Amino acid sequence: MKACALLLAVAAGTLPAQVSFDRIVHAAQEPQNWLSYSGGNDGQRYTPLNQITPQNVKNLELQWAFQARSLEKFEATPLVVDGVLYTVQAPNDVVALDAATGRVFWIYPYKPSPKSRPCCGKVNRGLAILGDTLFMATIDARLIAIDATNGHALWNVEVAKPEAGYAMTLAPLVVKDKVIIGTAGGEYGIRGFIAAYDVKTGKEAWRFYTIPGKGEPGNNTWAGDSWMHGGAPVWVTGAYDPALNLTYWGIGNPGPDWVGDVRGGDNLYSDCVVALDPDTGKLKWYFQFTPHDDFDYDSVQVPILADMDFKGTPRKVMLWANRNGFFYVLDRTNGQFLLGKPFTKVTWATGLDERGRPMRAPGAVPTPEGNKIYPGNMGGTNWNSASYSPRTGLFYIPLWDNYYSEYVKGPAEFGEGRVYVGAMPRSPVPMIQAPQVQNRKEEDGYGAIRAFDPKTGEKKWEFKLSEVTDSGVLSTASDLVFSGGRDGYFFALDGRNGELLWRATLGGQVSSGPMSYSVGGKQYIAVSAGSTLFTYALRQ
Amino acid sequence: MRVIRLSLGLCAGALFAQHGYSPAEVDAGGRLYRSNCVNCHGQEGTAIQGVDLGRGKFRRASTDDDLARIIINGIPGSPMPPSNFTQAQADTIVAYLRSRVGATTATASAGGDAVRGKAVFEGKGGCRMCHRVNGNGSRVGPDLSEIGALRSPENLQESIVNPNAEIRPENRTVRAVTRDGATVTGRVLTEDTFGVQIIDSHEKLVSLSKANLREYGFLKDSPMRFLNLNLSAQDVADLVSYLQTLKGVDAQ
Repeated sequence: MKACALLLAVAAGTLPAQVSFDRIVHAAQEPQNWLSYSGGNDGQRYTPLNQITPQNVKNLELQWAFQARSLEKFEATPLVVDGVLYTVQAPNDVVALDAATGRVFWIYPYKPSPKSRPCCGKVNRGLAILGDTLFMATIDARLIAIDATNGHALWNVEVAKPEAGYAMTLAPLVVKDKVIIGTAGGEYGIRGFIAAYDVKTGKEAWRFYTIPGKGEPGNNTWAGDSWMHGGAPVWVTGAYDPALNLTYWGIGNPGPDWVGDVRGGDNLYSDCVVALDPDTGKLKWYFQFTPHDDFDYDSVQVPILADMDFKGTPRKVMLWANRNGFFYVLDRTNGQFLLGKPFTKVTWATGLDERGRPMRAPGAVPTPEGNKIYPGNMGGTNWNSASYSPRTGLFYIPLWDNYYSEYVKGPAEFGEGRVYVGAMPRSPVPMIQAPQVQNRKEEDGYGAIRAFDPKTGEKKWEFKLSEVTDSGVLSTASDLVFSGGRDGYFFALDGRNGELLWRATLGGQVSSGPMSYSVGGKQYIAVSAGSTLFTYALRQ
Repeated sequence: MRVIRLSLGLCAGALFAQHGYSPAEVDAGGRLYRSNCVNCHGQEGTAIQGVDLGRGKFRRASTDDDLARIIINGIPGSPMPPSNFTQAQADTIVAYLRSRVGATTATASAGGDAVRGKAVFEGKGGCRMCHRVNGNGSRVGPDLSEIGALRSPENLQESIVNPNAEIRPENRTVRAVTRDGATVTGRVLTEDTFGVQIIDSHEKLVSLSKANLREYGFLKDSPMRFLNLNLSAQDVADLVSYLQTLKGVDAQ
């Protein structure tokens, strides 16, 4: 009897609890865990944990580091389930670690096909989990289910052809019994799509093309056959509203990126947010941020869902700091535009009309000699997650300011699997990789974490960085805001006023969103910089 | 006229490394380069460390066939991806790359004499008060040991006669006053949110924490602007000719 009890206790201690979809929907009730890419399906990147406070944050110290065997940037946000941390070592090795010590339980190594050709680094942004199965989308456009206990693959299906330029870098999103992904490849003349797969079998359940086909509504927003190679990729995770049963996804740029005149029209659903029925993939509504984009303003940012009083009426809203430099508030039940203002220097448009459609500035198009336009190609912000704190009511945006590109008009010729973009814009700020020696002038672009009141679009504070940032933002229930920058710093700000409270020098560029979890009652903050994952907690 | 054209043609022919390429091929390759390669290699072909496409400096290729093969197959294990170019398309990109080698020709140094220029540099020009060449001179200003490989003659001339015309970001002078009142000046090396690293007027590497500074900023003028050099046009042409010979130790 005693022996039996012991055996049971051991078994209970080692078996991971099943992550039901109900647990994912109610993730806020178990703040010790981080069950999906953004922490919750609302995309807020807000943790209810509050052990680390503005008063004691100065006592943070390094707990452990995991050095990836990869020279690629660490862009993944880890998942944490009951003391086990799951992440992806670029490009596509899944790693399970003890979240308290950083010791490795197992690694699932995956070698993507050499035919894969992601535009901007062989990176991965993380995993999804359901039950005891992890899901990874790979840079060679496959979707793989992995046993979360022992790291063995359960199924592995082709989503698209890597040799045709399709790749996947996003963390999948689980909704009920389906795992939803989208494909990158907007620089290779793909036709983008979002697709759902059965979690048990890997069988495709539905597919939503982000460019409507012949005869479908919206196809006439593409001149001629340009829709066939119009890009509109999906490379960052969407959000889900269980009450409305809608899943929201941000769609990327039309292609060729900087040659708009071969694809006359608004180019739906490029640069849109789409609201889909997660059971069928049917489109419920869409809102286009940048019709007929000439500037590569992907709208792949994570949709942030919040419920708030808006001009005296309780509303279900969606907050969106877009790569095009405007901040938007939409009604997420129907896509109605409620508010929109620039959050950084913008010259491509003079403003938004009453329906939220940008008013294009005359002459603001790529030209043969190059046309200086703000924000530049990487945008006022990019894919890295913003955060909304329901406690402070503020929306925290990691942004680039004073940032421009000279957009050059050049030829683009389609060939399957080949870069299909036009001429590259020029900018003093490197697109992706931070220089190790940085001495650019401030007037040539800098970064900041800036807080806005989403009800008015008014700026509340900013914390200025000398270098731009690719870091996401995490807000906490103790009103801390964590973020980082390309200059290798990771820092904590007072979420109420932007005061710098703590910082660490990690050396590598921060290219992921910080997240938080707890084990044994101890709160941890995790962030990656360069190719290393670091975790911090209060000094004991 | 005919003779001049012929000699130009011969020059161009000599610049192409191995095969002969037509201007149309070079143009077509340039278009493909600009729409496919610039993302990683940059407009000037210098964005990847150790590779300078405009100067024929490659890490893993020497022949035209090597280059075309890499353009088509990529380099496994590196960020250089495979492409779907046809052999003919890859060849035009090679044509374009080869056409760029030595594409800039000297005009600012016309009539200049490098030997005399070296004497000006080391003598009445006083250049070594701030600049260093191959281990001689001060480190306060930019080291010029490979400046001839990095700048055009026109650019060099402009920097001598009109140093304020363009001060490159990495050559700016920092002036800072610390909380205890000491003034520090030097050339910026790197800057970040919380600090700035410089080489100061005593050739010391100094790391300044912005939190400890009372004042901090960049000077608008180049230090060269305050020199009364009194150089003749011939001196300048000689200097430019000399600077053009400086290609760095890698080139020796």
